[in-house]
Amino acid sequence: MRNGAVLILGARSDIAMALAHRFAKAEYDIQLAARNAESLDASRCDIELRYKVTVRLHEFDALDITSHKGVLEDLAELPTIAVCAVGYMGEQAQSERDTKAAIKVLRSNFEGPASILAELANKFAQRGSGTLVGISSVAGERGRATNYVYGSAKAGLTAFLSGLRNRLAKKGVHVVTVLPGFVATQMTDGMDLPARLTAEPDEVADAVFKAVRNRNNIIYVKPIWRLIMVIIRNIPERIFKRMKI
Amino acid sequence: MKLSGWGRYPTIDAQVTAPRSTDELANLVKEGSAIARGNGRAYGDSAVSPTNTIHMKHFNRMLAFDEESGQLVAEAGVLLADVIEAFLPRGWFPSVTPGTKFVTLGGMIAADVHGKNHHKDGSFGSYVDWIDIFTADGTVQRCSQTENTELFEWTIGGMGLTGVILRAAIRLRPVTSAWIEQTTLAADNITHAIELFENSLDATYSVAWIDCLQTGEELGRSLVMLGEHAQATSVPLRYRKQPFQMPAKRKLNIPVDVPGWVLNSFSVRAFNALYYWNGKRRPKRQIVDWDSYFYPLDSVLGWNKIYGPHGFAQFQCVIPLSQAEDGLTELLAAIASAGAGSFLAVLKRFGAQESRFSFPMEGYTLALDFPVNRKSLALMNELDSITLQHNGRFYLAKDSRMQRDVFLQSDRRAEDYSKYRRDESVSAAYSSAQSERLGL
Repeated sequence: MRNGAVLILGARSDIAMALAHRFAKAEYDIQLAARNAESLDASRCDIELRYKVTVRLHEFDALDITSHKGVLEDLAELPTIAVCAVGYMGEQAQSERDTKAAIKVLRSNFEGPASILAELANKFAQRGSGTLVGISSVAGERGRATNYVYGSAKAGLTAFLSGLRNRLAKKGVHVVTVLPGFVATQMTDGMDLPARLTAEPDEVADAVFKAVRNRNNIIYVKPIWRLIMVIIRNIPERIFKRMKI
Repeated sequence: MKLSGWGRYPTIDAQVTAPRSTDELANLVKEGSAIARGNGRAYGDSAVSPTNTIHMKHFNRMLAFDEESGQLVAEAGVLLADVIEAFLPRGWFPSVTPGTKFVTLGGMIAADVHGKNHHKDGSFGSYVDWIDIFTADGTVQRCSQTENTELFEWTIGGMGLTGVILRAAIRLRPVTSAWIEQTTLAADNITHAIELFENSLDATYSVAWIDCLQTGEELGRSLVMLGEHAQATSVPLRYRKQPFQMPAKRKLNIPVDVPGWVLNSFSVRAFNALYYWNGKRRPKRQIVDWDSYFYPLDSVLGWNKIYGPHGFAQFQCVIPLSQAEDGLTELLAAIASAGAGSFLAVLKRFGAQESRFSFPMEGYTLALDFPVNRKSLALMNELDSITLQHNGRFYLAKDSRMQRDVFLQSDRRAEDYSKYRRDESVSAAYSSAQSERLGL
């Protein structure tokens, strides 16, 4: 261990795995936290072999918020950097029909991440250092008919991260909000995404790595998304409500 | 989606799926006519199935490494480039490598790739300890030289037609540095080139680059390049303390198709002549880094676009030793008289190899690229016949256009392979556009 450890929450996702490789390459030890953590053993071997760092697996369920304190206590060491890559898109149509499905989306993208980040925030504040990274979404910037359940949860996460940043800035703890646009991952498999607006998980990982190093606050992975979201945020509501976007 | 091999010919409308687990893979295999695809570096249609191409990009983890024996256990989708990046700094290098590092381990096994050291070390298959294969009956079978041997032998060089290679144990070789001591010898013609090869059988690596537009006395004029892993004490001074470190290099990218007129017999002739004279003038002995030595073309990303939008086809055959000189002379004469030169005409000496279906046999292998057009397709048919007349055979990893009867004539083993596939009920489960074309 040379640069400390990076905790990756929701480690099974493509973005999380790309992040693990990126930070391991930069000589950080890696803590992978996910449900059925032992099934990540092949990835653990892979990262250890490639980068000669230590990788540990930790059982973590974002929805089981009562367990979150314990998850952190079980870590071999308090990480230098923690990234929350937990997310679950669900299906908007199903969320509209079935409140339970909608609640699962809300809890997975807001309550769970906020809960674990809050625990980490307190520990990092006590230590007086560290970086928290939250993977939120451009979907949280304005609610749209096609995915407002997911979007509203991400909006909550974005606001939560903003508040944490405001609170922790004086404590030496930095908070990064990541707003990826489209990313080619398991979550978007089978969706017809415009190639120029779609990032690869490796690009997200690179962007996060740089943002942590440069202490950026809010990043879009592909710069074009900043412009797109400025436009989308500024469409007057009376026009927006009739639009199909 | 539109799919093709590295030569960008033929382009086939194909259904491509990238499973993330063996369960997902199992469901795909059930649909039949499946073929696994690695990083798409086979030149033609070997890794394309119109209805069921299985992309192995998610099976890309290295699982274990034994520092004593150099044995690496890894999933089939791991890139050779990643193996080198991880293990060269620790003093290990692939025992056998093809001319690009952007191939997957699964692809290397399926094609039983060879390198510049075949005459000495054999092909990649010799360094495979075991393979786990997802077979047609939906089970994972481990095979090796002592376990499921028939499956093992047909899989090495079997072009992915025995099942999906899931993971394998391969052996790396210890090396003394990341550098190669290269000796360049100029050969006046093909006879001279063969003589130089035969006198250099002790060299670890050997390869010749042929100026294939020369005729008469100079037919087969070439540069023969020999290589040895350099001792740590002879690497360039700057790197001597860290003999496995590598200077960072810029990569050139070819972003768009080069128009067809750029590549004509005049430009190729000029390039070839320049290359030859430059090579002849160069100091006979040089120390070069591993990347420039083994993978000169990898530094030009997307070099397959220099042949323009219609793509290119590669011709690679091997002619048995006893007929090599006659065969090569006829091949080169046919190429020169067609005026269809190629940037890349590569000649290598193969050592002895007996295997179920792999390409290499003791003799000489010649590889050339041609832009796809009517003239060069006709020339390649002519090269096929010359190869057949000299009892040679063809490399399926490079093929994209061979006729079925030519293939069946060239390789008696094909019949046995087809029979094995039928007997084991593999034919319906696994096939590629190439296997259909060639009747495998």
